[in-house]
Amino acid sequence: MSNATTMVGRSVRVSSRQVDAVLTSLMLPIMLMLMFVYLFGGAIDTGTKYVTYVVPGVILLCAGFGAATTAVSVSQDMKNGIVDRFRSMDIGGAALLAGHVAASVARNLASTVLVLGVAFLIGFRPRATLVEWLAAAGVLLLFILAISWLSAAVGLLARTPEAAAGFTFFVMFLPYPSSAFVPIDTMPSWIHGFANHQPCTPVIETLRGLLLDTPVGSAPWQAVAWCGGILFASVAVSGVLFRRRTA
Amino acid sequence: MFDELTVEAYGLEKSYGKLKVLDGIDLRVERGSVYALLGPNGAGKTTTVRILATLTGADAGRARVAGFDVARQRHRVRRTISLTGQYAAVDDLLTGEENLRMMARLTGLRRGRARRRVAELLERFDLAPAARRRVGTYSGGMRRRLDLAASLVGQPSVVFLDEPTTGLDPRSRQAMWAVINGLARSGVTVFLTTQYLEEADRLADSIAVIDGGRMVAEGTAAELKAKVAEQRLDLRLTDRPAFDAVAGYLGTRAIQADPARLSIGVATDASAGHIRAVLDDVDPRRTAVESFAVHTATLDDVFLALTGHVIAAEKETADV
Repeated sequence: MSNATTMVGRSVRVSSRQVDAVLTSLMLPIMLMLMFVYLFGGAIDTGTKYVTYVVPGVILLCAGFGAATTAVSVSQDMKNGIVDRFRSMDIGGAALLAGHVAASVARNLASTVLVLGVAFLIGFRPRATLVEWLAAAGVLLLFILAISWLSAAVGLLARTPEAAAGFTFFVMFLPYPSSAFVPIDTMPSWIHGFANHQPCTPVIETLRGLLLDTPVGSAPWQAVAWCGGILFASVAVSGVLFRRRTA
Repeated sequence: MFDELTVEAYGLEKSYGKLKVLDGIDLRVERGSVYALLGPNGAGKTTTVRILATLTGADAGRARVAGFDVARQRHRVRRTISLTGQYAAVDDLLTGEENLRMMARLTGLRRGRARRRVAELLERFDLAPAARRRVGTYSGGMRRRLDLAASLVGQPSVVFLDEPTTGLDPRSRQAMWAVINGLARSGVTVFLTTQYLEEADRLADSIAVIDGGRMVAEGTAAELKAKVAEQRLDLRLTDRPAFDAVAGYLGTRAIQADPARLSIGVATDASAGHIRAVLDDVDPRRTAVESFAVHTATLDDVFLALTGHVIAAEKETADV
């Protein structure tokens, strides 16, 4: 357990010094938010002010993209000799990966707060009660956790950090065919099936409903099921992959 | 005798797919000695180290390190060893001090003791002035030293070093050798791999030569050199006919023949009597031999004699 704490400290410290990566994972969602709100927003009719509609989607994009960079850091560790060093010190893959995931969670909660701050400046006015804020934070945390572990598994699978970086793009584009930026019913009908039943949509709908104090329906349960499922599968797969990669 | 062995391995075998990397390796390393596994790229050096350091399982054979079985008592083994691989296992974005402190925490040292141990290691490895700099700004030699320092934080009794000086410039290599010699004097058992004959010669008490996953020879540097004749008398012939005549006369007694340089080598004890006798024997009319030189055998000669090929990497990396 104390090893895991040390590993978390390591990952947090390392990621706080990756200035370019930190800036990218912050600037990208903020730029996207400004672009959507000021450039595209005028043409999109969502029934509310567009900034109100889009902020939950931007938060999810930010968290997902930030969490996905876990794949790159895990893959870097696998490539250089540090994993062998840790294993020869009897420190297992679980502590190492947990360190990366915990750092990812810390990093992304911080950047979410910043994105929310900017959103507030440009006119986002959430109407959530304290309980709703906590529930939204909980769902977002679960989402970050799930994507981080999934990314850790991808990082173990990728042969190079460059290949792992490709995964961050996949995660960054996943929110587009969802209800993040435009309502799904404005999309062509053939994409409805996917957009309605991919993990981003229930997470976004949950965040949106909780922050704006509107009905959420079954979205929270779907979100928890998706994230829980991804989390469970990723942890299991990571264990197997770590053992295989280091055999 | 048994107690004196820190590393022992019998019949280690390992294949990756169809490629047989280790084909029956036996090792015996005495406590407190420096043992070098010498061989070219792909000889099986790294695989051997990984098996002994419990990172990879062998397909066949048994090995014990510090008295513990590497397969069945993996955790006990890990508590007594350290491994320094070919690629420095340090974080570039952390400072040298932070890297060592992390290792100290991972080996279970408490804050105060960790700080003292880290300061001591930084001093010993000549890294104190760079302690607060990020490792990304370090030179190759500094990174290797930090990496080695990191592996010593937990005071292991057996230290595995996989090609500790590959890719280093000559000065950094000298510094690394001094560090390894110091380690050996402190009573730690050092197991290193190298493709540099000079390195094995300079550092190791005992050398195992491996090639193609098999051990081709084992012994001290002197013993290995003795296998190919300690001294060699190189005869320089006047011309090609003389070379052919002498080469034909000596037959298999010639341990080396180089037609391009008109040079033939024979074993000698380097005494005046023996050299005179050889000269009279091969060149009774005193016309064929132009000059001669006595040459002390290097491990290069040993390797060539034992495996039939030279260690090609030596020249290549010497220029780096």
